[in-house]
Amino acid sequence: MFARWAARRRPQIRASRWDPGRELRAERRARELLRSVVSAREAEAYERLGFISVPGNGDPASGYAYLIYPHRPLIAYDTRTRELLCEYCVGFPDRSEAEFGQRLPDSDDVLAKWMALRGGERDLIAAANMHLPGRQVDPQQVRRDLVCLREWQALEERRRGPLEERRRGPLEERRQGPLARRAA
Amino acid sequence: MKLVRMQPGHGDVLLAEGDPEIASDEEELIEEFRRQLELGMWAAVPTGQRRGRREAVMVRDFDQVPRDAERVVFFPPAAGG
Repeated sequence: MFARWAARRRPQIRASRWDPGRELRAERRARELLRSVVSAREAEAYERLGFISVPGNGDPASGYAYLIYPHRPLIAYDTRTRELLCEYCVGFPDRSEAEFGQRLPDSDDVLAKWMALRGGERDLIAAANMHLPGRQVDPQQVRRDLVCLREWQALEERRRGPLEERRRGPLEERRQGPLARRAA
Repeated sequence: MKLVRMQPGHGDVLLAEGDPEIASDEEELIEEFRRQLELGMWAAVPTGQRRGRREAVMVRDFDQVPRDAERVVFFPPAAGG
C-alpha cells in the first residue's frame, strides 16, 4: 500500500523541485532573446530600470504608453501629464509545461508582452483584466519609475550628442509628434 | 528560419529550423508551426525597424510569416491575471 502511495506522490515531488541554477540559465537565455528582438535602447532601459516603456498604438504621438514589468500588470499612463490611467492584469501562464511550472522566465514575460503589444495591442488588452491604478502595483512606485525613466531618457539624449540630434530633427518637434506638426 | 518557443525553466527552445524556399524544410516548418498553434500558442515574428523602432507582428497562419523572417517566436496565450 505504501508503494502505491509513493508511486502516486513521486511525480508531484519531481514537478515541484526548485532549481535556482536552472532558473538562472533560463533567465540568461531569455535575456539574450529579449536583446535580440527589442531595440538596443529598450534593452538598456530594461537592464538599468527593470521595465520597458512601449508607446500605445505603436506611435509615440498616441499620447499614452505602457510600462512593462516582469510578471506584473501593464501600467498605462499619459505620456504628457505622466498620469496613471489603469492597470491591465495579464500574464502568459504555460499550462502545457507541467515539469517546470507555468511561469516563464522574467525576460520572456517582458518580451511576450512587448511582442503582443507591438503586434496585437487590442487582443492583448482584450485578454487582460482592467483595474484602476493601485490594485497590484504601488502607484507611488510607478510614479518614481516614471521620474527615473524621464531622467534616463534625458541622459540618453545628451549622451547621443549634437550630431545625432541634428540628424533626428529638433527636440520640440519630436515631442509634439507628427499629428501636432501636421495641424500646425 | 527558426521556430523557437518560450518555456518555463528553459528560456527559448529551438523547435525547427530550415529554409522555407526548400520544399522539405518548408513542410517541416509548417508542420511544427501548426502543432504549436494547436497547442494554443501565440506566434510573433520580430521584424525590422519602422521609424527607428523594432517591431513585431502576430501571425495565425504560416502564410502570414514573411519569407525572409529569421525567427518565429511562440509563447503561451495571454490570460487575465
